[in-house]
Amino acid sequence: MSSRVLVFSEQEEECYALLTKAVELANLLGEAWVLVLGKKEEETLKSLLEYGAKRVLIVPNADPSRIDAQSLAFVLSEIAKNDGPDTILIQSSKLGKETAGRVAQKLQAGCITDAIGLEILGSELVVRRYALGGNTISSEVITSVKRVISVMPGSIEAHPTPAAGEVETLDLAIPSPKVELIERRKKTGESANIESAEKLVCIGQGISKKEDIGMVNEFCAALQAELGCTRPIASDFHWISEERMVGISGKKCKPKLHVSIGVSGQIQHTVGIVNSKLIVAINKDKDAPIFKIADYGIVGDLYQVIPELTRMIKSARA
Amino acid sequence: MKQVVDLQQIRIKRDTRQPVLEGLPLQLGEMDKNALEEAVRIKEKHGAKVTVLSVGSIKLKETILQALAIGADEASIIVDPACDGSGPGSTALTIAAAVKKIGSPDLILFGEGSTDNYSGQVYARVAEILDLPQVTYVRELTVENGAVTAVRDRENALDVVKSNMPLVVSVTSEINKPRRPPLTQILRASRKPMNVWTLSDLGISSDTVSSVESSVRVISNLAPEQERKGIIFQDDVNEAAGKLIQALRKEGVFT
Repeated sequence: MSSRVLVFSEQEEECYALLTKAVELANLLGEAWVLVLGKKEEETLKSLLEYGAKRVLIVPNADPSRIDAQSLAFVLSEIAKNDGPDTILIQSSKLGKETAGRVAQKLQAGCITDAIGLEILGSELVVRRYALGGNTISSEVITSVKRVISVMPGSIEAHPTPAAGEVETLDLAIPSPKVELIERRKKTGESANIESAEKLVCIGQGISKKEDIGMVNEFCAALQAELGCTRPIASDFHWISEERMVGISGKKCKPKLHVSIGVSGQIQHTVGIVNSKLIVAINKDKDAPIFKIADYGIVGDLYQVIPELTRMIKSARA
Repeated sequence: MKQVVDLQQIRIKRDTRQPVLEGLPLQLGEMDKNALEEAVRIKEKHGAKVTVLSVGSIKLKETILQALAIGADEASIIVDPACDGSGPGSTALTIAAAVKKIGSPDLILFGEGSTDNYSGQVYARVAEILDLPQVTYVRELTVENGAVTAVRDRENALDVVKSNMPLVVSVTSEINKPRRPPLTQILRASRKPMNVWTLSDLGISSDTVSSVESSVRVISNLAPEQERKGIIFQDDVNEAAGKLIQALRKEGVFT
């Protein structure tokens, strides 16, 4: 029996990315199948085939925006069980991640969540993920018959590899969900695409009050940078939208220039910026861990340093 | 709850890039503390018994005392050589068996992930083993008439959901601010019951654990390679800013 890989993401773009990876690893993983929940436009199905899907499996009686982890785990395991696909690649969104462990348990499979890299070494699929709070990168191999891997969004660049595939509709009796959705509250705050920013500025608790962010915004404008922040600034103080939160529970960014302002450099945050090309840190504590990962740093009061830098950048541009 | 090393204190060996974990202080996982705090608050409001479960080595005892000080009524720790440093698959198996042994709790609360590996698998696997629904990434939790209403985090929205109990819940750090227990509670904690169980007390063979454990093999766990310049300016503000701008210009930032 030749092997196969089943791909799922509730976001189309991530589906293409996962398919791209599946095609790249086809020697080991076999042909790529993709799961689609609900009815989709003809155009979308065609795109999935263009990104290398050999089989597009449609489950029309599922709603991708409302499905819960228990039901999604049921659908995935119904397809993957027995001689179905032996690898499941799923996006590490909140839904994907909470489903990964559940479907792995159903299939008695080893599971790795939040993968940042997948590659074939010898005859094995090696999966990389952060460990020890981001201090290390762990390289792991799943040795069970079935394997479930959730892949960090944004870690794969999608490119098409057209394949002659087919579309099939599955009739699955999905048990009715035990968790009822009462209300969906859209998150307020503008959407920010800081993951693709060329220049990123991040603030931490060195900023002492919300009003002071104006000074940082002026610096960002001069530098033509996007603004990001650590978890407390968004989640605890609500000074900035969570869309701009950087770190292990937020966005992972890889700008050409990253400027860190008043950030101590806790590992949970720095995981989101370690892949920056150039890191600049400004902090009044010369022993702050952020300086350990900085290319350039200024030890000093950010309330003096930032306006000075803003002024200098402006005059340099003038 | 999971016992983790203090991640800020991890040193990396320069030559091999290996982390040095020996001798580091051990503590309760950050979001596990949020889960415990929430359980204690529910108990204070509605009356309930709060039991803490943890899996690991005998070193757990001291850490779990903190959980009793925070307000748990009882703790059961599963201490077995096969469980020391075990992965999510076997931890889930052990936790699910311990849950069955203590009876059938209405709510099983977890942190959204452990502070160290953040795999987020254990609660999902426990929910599957016990065939319970799961509500994850919870920021607000209300218990009323045997049902739970929760506000859960999604990428672009907050969902208000409702479920009957028993239920598995994972919480985020936004849900509450864990209390720091007063000294009297810390002293009282050592008089609260702490059961120490082995795998055989739960009817699990160490073979089962090691076979689940071997389903994921770690090849290496090293600090990422990075070469940063580490040029730090400590002069007065004008001078430092000037030097930085000059350096950034050389790096081609302003082209």
